[in-house]
Amino acid sequence: VKLLFKDIDEPGLCTLDVYSKRGGYESARKALAMTPEEVLAELEASGLRGRGGAGFAMGKKVSFLPKGQIDKYLVCNADESEPGTFKDRELMQKSPHMLIEGIVIASYAAGANRSFIYIRGEYVHQADMLDAALAEAHVAGYVGEDILGSGHSLSLVVHRGAGAYICGEETGLLDSLEGKRGNPRLKPPFPANQGLYQGPTLINNVETLATVPTIVKLGGEEYAKLGTDTSKGTKLVSVSGHVRRPGNYEIELGIPSREIIYGLAGGPEEGREVKCWFPGGSSSPVLKNEDLDLPYDFDSMAKAGSMLGSGAIIVMDDSTPILDVALKVAKFYRHESCGKCTPCREGTNWTVKMLERIDEGTATPMDIEIMASVQEHIIGNCLCVLGDAMAMPIGSMIAKFRDEFEEHIERARVRNGLGVPSGEPVAGEFARA
Amino acid sequence: VSTPRQIEAPAKLREEIEAHMALYPDSRSAALPALEAAQRVHGWCSPEAIEQTAEVMGVTPAYLAAVATFYDMLETEPVGKHSVYVCTNISCSLRGADELHKAVCDAAGDDPELNVRSFECLGACDIAPMASVDGVFVGPLTLDDVPQLLDDLRAGRPVLPEKQLAARACADTEANA
Repeated sequence: VKLLFKDIDEPGLCTLDVYSKRGGYESARKALAMTPEEVLAELEASGLRGRGGAGFAMGKKVSFLPKGQIDKYLVCNADESEPGTFKDRELMQKSPHMLIEGIVIASYAAGANRSFIYIRGEYVHQADMLDAALAEAHVAGYVGEDILGSGHSLSLVVHRGAGAYICGEETGLLDSLEGKRGNPRLKPPFPANQGLYQGPTLINNVETLATVPTIVKLGGEEYAKLGTDTSKGTKLVSVSGHVRRPGNYEIELGIPSREIIYGLAGGPEEGREVKCWFPGGSSSPVLKNEDLDLPYDFDSMAKAGSMLGSGAIIVMDDSTPILDVALKVAKFYRHESCGKCTPCREGTNWTVKMLERIDEGTATPMDIEIMASVQEHIIGNCLCVLGDAMAMPIGSMIAKFRDEFEEHIERARVRNGLGVPSGEPVAGEFARA
Repeated sequence: VSTPRQIEAPAKLREEIEAHMALYPDSRSAALPALEAAQRVHGWCSPEAIEQTAEVMGVTPAYLAAVATFYDMLETEPVGKHSVYVCTNISCSLRGADELHKAVCDAAGDDPELNVRSFECLGACDIAPMASVDGVFVGPLTLDDVPQLLDDLRAGRPVLPEKQLAARACADTEANA
């Protein structure tokens, strides 16, 4: 089933003309003829869960916004910076009107009159495509005052970020959109109550909002027939790393992971096997070869100790040293930590240093112990989950590939003439660290 | 906020910043697009660029300097006018991005026109390893592509036209069935 990606490469799909000919904005028309409560009921019936990473029920999120005549905001999170994720990019570039239509409908259900698309600054082409589509939608009266005579008004601004992973975190995004450094905020209050400019704010990912027109078109109940009991509908997955056909695929939630990695993306090169894979971006705990037959949906991934996250599958074949992967991941989060919370700021830095010691051959097996405990002390102890986003995958790598880390320490020490480690720190080693 | 010196932003820059400010309920939201505009004029977020932006926006230069240092795409030191961001995050590095980054650095040498840097995931792992050249995504790149990439860039031609992401079809073949 293709819902979001159906005929995605049709020439001119990015224009209002072609999009309308394919039935575009008919869902907006249908929704605006209903009451906001009826639209919300469809969204809730669809069971749609947020596609950005947390997987929170979209309809419920909309229902959390207070009712009444106050300034309410809708913010589309198009920051897409979770490593391995590139689905929103393709959607915005090729079908920008689908997102705009989704925003119009969702804003109507939420009673929001001002909306923003916060798109990462690196997506220059995609932001240009959105700006062009928005200009067309304005002229056609799909955005602006009294849309289609419904009485619903909506302003929409495409806001370009300037390169910061943390701005994909919803409260960091809000601060950035207010023109500040993108530091996350303490929650509660949640954005539904106090978000942008302290007003009630609905924040949803691109793919989530782009799914809304389909839900209105099919009806929530019909949409909910796709997928599994708790993971409804289709999902865009970005497959990358050691596969023969990296790219975006639209799948029905619940199909075996193997079918995505091998069937769609072609699996690793001839003679290679999957060593491990991130099922939901580099912040998700890694899974192994033996997990390939798990159904790809929110709950199966959670049950396996990982998460579906943004739907970014990164595959590593058996030629990949796990230490290299851990170092890359840890360095990324160290670079992107905003520095506000100590466990994250210091924890990411310590982890990188310990991994570098392992790499250089100056570590002892005790470092693995310390590193594992640092990860445990980060999780749940910060304002946002950036620290957790390093601690979870690194923790999983230590747990699942401990032998390999130990072996690496041993080999590197022998190489350095330090001898086989005894488990006790070598004199002077801590001073150097 | 009054500044001790008389700061005048160029008329066009002022106009652009004011247009951004008008889009938001709180004009301070325009900080990022305003700094980006000033950077385009001055080449980087120089003290002068920041002072001019601050004057138009009615905020202190210190406020904007604090913002500018937070974001990777706002340059707080002078850089070459052409940017080559080579993604060296996990998916690209699995496919040779570190070697690619080194090759681009070596080939660029100390050319003052070029701002070559390794960058965090640019959201184009389907064309790994890749680079963003003045905002244009190209990939998958091999080491052999490096000379032409830099030649195209220096000559002002479209960079590696056949490897640009914009023209690439979706990997999901059933999507266009």
